[in-house]
Amino acid sequence: MAEAVDYKVVGSRPVRPDGADKVTGRAQYGADINLPNMIYGRVLRSTVAHALIKSIDTSAAMKIPGVFAVVTGDDFPQAEGGEIGGEGGGDVADVAQNVMARGKVLYHGHAIAAVAAKSQSIAEAALAAIKVEYEKLPVVLDVLDAMKPDAPLLNEHCFTKGLPEKATKPSNIASVMTLARGNLDEGFARADLIHESEHRIPMAHQGYIEPHACTATINEAGQATVWLCTQGHFDTRAQTAKILGCTLSDLRFIATEIGGGFGGKTVVYLEPVAILLARKSGRPIKMVMTREEVFRATGPTSGSVARIKVGVKKNGKITAAKCWIAMEAGAFAGAPCGPAAMAIFAPYTIENFKVEAFDVLNNKPKVAAYRAPGAPQSMHCMEVALNELAHKIGMDPIDLRMVNAASEGTQAPYGPKFPVIGFKECLNAAKSHPNWTKPVPAGAGRGFAVGFWFNVGMQSSAEVHINDDGTVRVVEGSPDIGGSRASMCIMAAETLGVSYDRVRALVGDTESTGFCNVTGGSRTTFATGMAVVRACEDVIAQCKNRAAATWGIDADQVEWKDGQVVPKPGVNADLKPLSLAAIAGKSARTGGPISGRASLNAQGAGASFACNIVDLKVDQETGKVDVLSFTAIQDAGKAIHPAYVEGQYQGGAAQGIGWALNEEYIFNKDGVMENAGFLDYRMPVASDLPMIDTQIIEVPNPSHPYGVRGVGETGIIAPLAACTNAMRNAVGFLVPDLPLSPPRVLAAIEAKG
Amino acid sequence: MQVAVTNYRELLIAVEEKFPGIHERLERASVAIDGQIYQDAFLEPVGPTSEVHFLPRIEGG
Repeated sequence: MAEAVDYKVVGSRPVRPDGADKVTGRAQYGADINLPNMIYGRVLRSTVAHALIKSIDTSAAMKIPGVFAVVTGDDFPQAEGGEIGGEGGGDVADVAQNVMARGKVLYHGHAIAAVAAKSQSIAEAALAAIKVEYEKLPVVLDVLDAMKPDAPLLNEHCFTKGLPEKATKPSNIASVMTLARGNLDEGFARADLIHESEHRIPMAHQGYIEPHACTATINEAGQATVWLCTQGHFDTRAQTAKILGCTLSDLRFIATEIGGGFGGKTVVYLEPVAILLARKSGRPIKMVMTREEVFRATGPTSGSVARIKVGVKKNGKITAAKCWIAMEAGAFAGAPCGPAAMAIFAPYTIENFKVEAFDVLNNKPKVAAYRAPGAPQSMHCMEVALNELAHKIGMDPIDLRMVNAASEGTQAPYGPKFPVIGFKECLNAAKSHPNWTKPVPAGAGRGFAVGFWFNVGMQSSAEVHINDDGTVRVVEGSPDIGGSRASMCIMAAETLGVSYDRVRALVGDTESTGFCNVTGGSRTTFATGMAVVRACEDVIAQCKNRAAATWGIDADQVEWKDGQVVPKPGVNADLKPLSLAAIAGKSARTGGPISGRASLNAQGAGASFACNIVDLKVDQETGKVDVLSFTAIQDAGKAIHPAYVEGQYQGGAAQGIGWALNEEYIFNKDGVMENAGFLDYRMPVASDLPMIDTQIIEVPNPSHPYGVRGVGETGIIAPLAACTNAMRNAVGFLVPDLPLSPPRVLAAIEAKG
Repeated sequence: MQVAVTNYRELLIAVEEKFPGIHERLERASVAIDGQIYQDAFLEPVGPTSEVHFLPRIEGG
């Protein structure tokens, strides 16, 4: 492990700058924007899960007083092909058809038309007045059913990609991803013990508290301004431009505060519709989804069926591993098969393995990214298999993983060799953690599992402006979801050698700051943070030049030290150091305002590993599960603001526990989601969970100035298997499928007698 | 395969010559050069002993 660096600001825990605004209601979220003459947009959604649209009659709706505009798929241009980035992004034409159906509806809740009216109630009356004639088609919901050759076909132009031979018939299997190395037969032949099991994980929603919302206005020149809650206003602007066939400069996107995204707010749903309604009506349009719409038509993440086979020697060494996993894409291709296949075996050194991952269309909402897309589903089965094997050979499950653990130089299953990683450090921390070494409470079961996520860099920009009193303004374009403004201020303060309270950060809009990709992929503190540091270094270089000019010496005779420019040793001892404030105060005389900037495509995002320990207890009469304790241990590289890092661990754990224990989309046979509300879609609330213990491991990432690894996604992965493994130890047998909800657990207990 | 190139741009040209049409798919791939994963590589150096792996692009949530 690299030596710890003694930072002054990095690693501190200042109060979050946006906290007071958020708890007092001053912060403006997506639904809080109001403009003069604004009217309201609403979407008509399909009442059937699969049908041809024979006709849409909007004439009666348009006659209702107070209705200003109606749009349908016919009002949208034909979107060109091409890709929209991110897991769950997919093809531009597909996203356009998800925004508004063209000729066919593919899931219950699919948008068919939209209206703009002077009140919500008039808009609802207008929706009710629109007549849609359907020709119903057979519905396919189960992922395995959808893979059958005779399954109802969602898209006759969908030919399976990734097969050895080019597909000749259309299919609901959009693609196959295969990863393999070594010789499986030989590997399994060498095993002393083999575990095989099948696991189903249901479709689940990101569950952000804030529904999708936007407000759009358009001027006479056709330029639109859109306020929206989004994880990335630059990327959603680009998606909107492609869907509407306009230029990026026609669109100004302003990110509001955001009440959660978790990957689900990286794609557009309402924005192109709102712009078209604004264009047609000549009025600003506000659109806010109901919770029901959020469930039926946004997100979710893929449900899956996974088959796992793992062989080990008696010493715990894995000899071979094989996984087959089918993942629901929903109505359009885009299940996160790639990362699912690449992540499943990543923590381990395995000579012989094969993963096949299938991206399968069915009549459910189009999936979107969700924290570490694909990894929770695939890693669940592997982490369960390892615990089963550890149990059968009488080995500590952490020891079994340590025997196989990847480290620097290990060739990852997806190709490259790992640079410095902190997996073994996480395992060691778990092994010695008091929540692992203490006795298991009476009647409870203890589970352990591992998580891994790649993390990404991507593009970011930042500007750093120095006010003439030496205070600092950071402007960047990454929507702040998990506290990034505070982290940016910390890194700027550390780099410039000023105190945290001298720095303020602002998230600029698409017209006022440089391009930034989404706040997603656990990239913001890493990549935008890197841009902020580089912009600060630009400021420092300018300050050195100005101080040298002030002193009448060459720039190479000065250096930056503790927030000041000083002459290098031996240059002129009489020169007094010039602080940032002193240089900024004279900036008018030395060249004008001091501003630094940086734009970069950040490379070298360090992977992050995690270990979870959970104790849970099962009520044998009802099947209800109580989580007694939960411990999240994860490598952060370097925690810029440890409280935010702990918050990410706790948030990921809470979502993972929810998915493990209760959350699931429940559809009836017609493809109608039956639990489209928080009363029936059971996410954990504070009273359901214990305080989640965290431990931050710091194995610095050498590619970041302060060693940062992204932490936002890894935390959701291990809870799924950790809960399954704890359940196994609590009840004495494996309950393979999720969620471990009371009905499922009770049925399993009763089946065992 | 082994090819003699000095950067990723030259590597893409060499791979395209050997496997015509693959360039289009690699445009959307990430690449790992000596263990370092690049989402959008172009002029990154590729040394005589460098290991290069193509992998699906990952963006995350």
